[in-house]
This record gives sequence, structure tokens and C-alpha cells, in this order.
Amino acid sequence: MMTMKNAIEVSHLTKKFNDKIAVNDVSFNVKQGEVFGLLGPNGAGKTTTLRMITTLLKSSSGTVKIFGHDTASEGKLARSMFGLTGQYASVDEDISARENLMIFSRLNGLSRIASKKRTEELLEEFSLVNSADKSLKNFSGGMRRRLDLAVSLITRPVLIFLDEPTTGLDPRTRTQMWETIRNLVKQGSTIVLTTQYLDEADQLADRVAVIDHGKLIKIGTPQELKQQIGGTSLSFTVNDLEQINSVTKLVTDKLGAKVSVAGQRLSTNLSDIDQLSNLLSSFRQNKIMINDLTVQEPSLDDVFMNLTVGKN
Amino acid sequence: MDVQTHRGNLVMNTATMAYRNLLKTIHNPDRMMDVIIQPIMFMLMFGYLFGGAIAGNVKNYLPTIVPGILIQTMLSASSGSGSQIREDLDSGVYDRFKSLPMAHIAPLAGQLFADILRLTIAATTSLTTGYIMGWRPAAGLGGIIVSGLLAIFIGWAMSWIFALLGMLAKSATTVESFSLMIMLTLSFLSNAFIPIHTLSKTMQVIAYMNPVTYVIIAIRQILATGHWTNEAFLVLMFGIMIVVVFAPLTVWAYNRNN
Repeated sequence: MMTMKNAIEVSHLTKKFNDKIAVNDVSFNVKQGEVFGLLGPNGAGKTTTLRMITTLLKSSSGTVKIFGHDTASEGKLARSMFGLTGQYASVDEDISARENLMIFSRLNGLSRIASKKRTEELLEEFSLVNSADKSLKNFSGGMRRRLDLAVSLITRPVLIFLDEPTTGLDPRTRTQMWETIRNLVKQGSTIVLTTQYLDEADQLADRVAVIDHGKLIKIGTPQELKQQIGGTSLSFTVNDLEQINSVTKLVTDKLGAKVSVAGQRLSTNLSDIDQLSNLLSSFRQNKIMINDLTVQEPSLDDVFMNLTVGKN
Repeated sequence: MDVQTHRGNLVMNTATMAYRNLLKTIHNPDRMMDVIIQPIMFMLMFGYLFGGAIAGNVKNYLPTIVPGILIQTMLSASSGSGSQIREDLDSGVYDRFKSLPMAHIAPLAGQLFADILRLTIAATTSLTTGYIMGWRPAAGLGGIIVSGLLAIFIGWAMSWIFALLGMLAKSATTVESFSLMIMLTLSFLSNAFIPIHTLSKTMQVIAYMNPVTYVIIAIRQILATGHWTNEAFLVLMFGIMIVVVFAPLTVWAYNRNN
């Protein structure tokens, strides 16, 4: 089962393009069996980081170890341990899905018979059987991504890199893709994915590293990141405008938190969700009528805005 | 990793990559335009248009034009190598090749291996078209085969130059237009379509500076005499030299791209 061994160890990874620093001294570890998200806006350095980890790009300095193997000195061995799905579908446009799988199976070192078997399995698994022999030119974006992922999984790698796996997909296909990724996790794969969608990181990742301007700003579970910017937010509207001051006082006393008022609407933060029932019962005792009550967990969007605020 | 497995890996990977190129060609028959339609078209057009003017009649012109079109076709087929490589390097699929635990030179090797097939098809088409038009070289079938092989080898040597070009150029379109320019200049400023003595002195000097002229002289000699001549030997050496010089350069440029 899950051990504490690190699948990836990235230390002081830096990439300079001429005098521009694309990735600046990034260090993190990815544990075996976890889903690790690299989160950041466009041009933050996510893809550059991923390309260096996957040996597609030479780093300016720093080291990457995959299951203990240095990618600089043991590149070929390291490459045999992971599957990669790039940002742009990295499959051959001119040939069919079946031919793509066959060729990449062969290039991965499978025998002809094993390649054939694996191809059929993957076509089945990724629901591509019916379009296996069609030209990729007629493939939808979702089918292409599925094939791309299937190709990455030929050797059943224990470590999978996904560079923006759902960018440009419609919501339904995106949900399917998430489902596929969750299945991989169930089978015990370690997954590193980059995304610019916060809900995606929230849905899939065990831990998230927020990257902006090439620097690692924060690393933690989505939960930890959210807690960082304060607890759950509460807001409601007081029906009777004349009660507003007494309500404000009551809420302040009860919660000990700062309350902001805008017209008839009050908003504040809850440090604990249990505070809510106390508050509501005291409203009833004092005959205070409210409506439009919302209780909201902070989203990763809030975290992201908070962490990257003023820096763009 | 011991050398034996590594080498086995390279051969297998190269074969797979060549197979991939073949599949791409089968799925896109228009990729075969330059090796099938073009030689037929040029052979027919040049033969029937200029035969009378240059050699009195079509039949007399064929010993001049067939080797000319043959070499022009080789140049054009080998130039496809460059744009194909550039296209591959620019596509996402190339990232995948790089991330695989395969012999990393295999995509390049596969391309140059597949080129041999393209060149063979192109040479066969050119020579067969000539034969159908009534071309009967004195050297017979043996001579035709030998001259065809020499042409294919020269074309293959040129593939390395075009592959290097592909590696250094910005886009596939750049490579294509540049290759077309080279192909046209080299084939027209030579003895491919005309007897060289009909040219002005200056033009003769230029034509004699063009290596293509010597390749065609050698091939015409083989076809006329049925013998392997000194010129043919020099041309073969010239081809080998191109490979010796350009293969390492191309591999270097390829590695630099990685």
C-alpha cells in the first residue's frame, strides 16, 4: 500500500531562458501514491517545471530524482518509470488510434504480440474501439485526450504526468477525464498534474503547489491552503432594517469576529461551523427575521487570489 | 546497459519509426505526389514538348532526358526529408518520442530509412515512364538497375543535407520553399535537360560547377556503355563524402534540438 517513499524529489530546480528566469529555485517532493497538483496562471512556469522533471528540457541548475534516480545521469532509466501526457495532444495526427497505440507500444519495447494485446486492452478501456481505425482528424478533443492518455499508460507506469489534462474540454468530457484520473489513483498510480483550474486541483489533488512567476509560493493540501485565508464565510440579510444595529452587536458578541454591513446585508467569518446553530437560535429568541443565508467554504480561487494578489 | 541490447533497441526502434513514416504515407497519398505523379508528369511534358526542338525527335531526346528527370526526381524526393523532420519536431508527438525510453536517434534514423523507400519508388517510376515512352538504353536492364541504384544513393546522401536544413529551419514551410529553390536551381543549371555545348560560355562554366552535372554524366555513361566508369566511381565517392560530412552534422543538429 501507500508508503512514505518519495516518487519525485525536486530540488532547487531553475530554468533561465537567456536572462529571463522561467523557473526560480523550485523544490518539492511528491509522495508515492498521491495526486500532486501544480497550480498557477498561464506563463507561471508550470509546464516548464514539468518539462524539466520529465527530461524534455534541460534545467539550468538543480536536480530531479524519480524513484531515487537522477534524471540527468540516469535519464533513460528514469524515463522508463513514467508516462507523460502533454498539453497538446502528443499523438500522430496522420495515423489511426490503433496504429498510434501499436507504434508507441513497440517504441516502449513491447514485443509485437504484447503490443497488439495491450493496444486492444487500451482501446477497450478508453472506449475507443469503435473509432480505432478512423483517422485522428475526425476525432473530438475528448477522444484525442483519451487516446493521448491511453498512449501514456501503455507500460502501466506507476508515475503519470498530466500537463493540463482538461484544458479546452467541454464540462462533460472534463468530468469523464476526472473519472479516468480517479480510477488511475485507485490502481495506485502517483499522479502529477498541472492545471490552471482551481476546482480541478481541489477535486483531484491531495497536495497542491502554487506557482507564480516561476516561484513556488505555497505548498499544502487544498484544505490547508483554504484555512490559510480564514474560515468559512457567513452572510445573510436582516428583514427589518431597524434591527440592523442590534443584530450587528449580537453577532459580534456571539462570534467575536469582525462584522461588515452593507445595507441590510451582514457578512462575517465563522471559525467553527457549530457557531451557526447558536447564532440562529439566539436570532429566534430575539425575534430577528433573516433570509438569504449563505455559508461558504473559501474556494481555492480565493486562496489563489490571496496568494498572487498584487503580483500580476 | 550493455551495448548489445542498446544496439538491438536502436535497430528495432528505427524499424518502428520507418514503419510509422510508411503508415503516414499510406494514409496521406498526397505525400507520394512528388515521387509518383511528378516524375511521370515531367517525363511526359519535357519529352514531348522539347524532344523535337532539342534532339530532333522524342526518341532521340530520351537518353538525355531520362537520366535528367531521374536525378531531378531524386533531388525532389530527398528534399521531402527536411520538411517532414521539421514537421515532426514541431508537433506534440515529438515530445512523446523524447519522453520514451527508446534510442533517441531513432526518429531521425527512421526518417532516413523511410527515405530509401521513397527514393526507390521515385527512381522506379521515372525509369519505367521513360521505358514506356520508348527509351531503350544500350546497357540493358543491368545498366538500368546499376544507374538507378547510383541515383538512389546520391538522393539518399542529399537527404542528409535536407534533413540538416529541416533541423535548422524555423518551419516546415521555410524548408519546403527553400528546398524547391535548391532543387530547381541544381536541376536546371545542369545538363539534365539540354546538351551542355548549346549553352553560352558563362553558362557552361556554371553548369560544370554544378555537381548534378557530373552525376548525370556518370549515369548516362553507364546507360550508354553498360560499364562502370571512372566518372561513376567519382560520383559514388562524392556521395559517400556528403554522407561522411553531413551525417555527423545532422546528428549534431538533431541532438542540439533535444
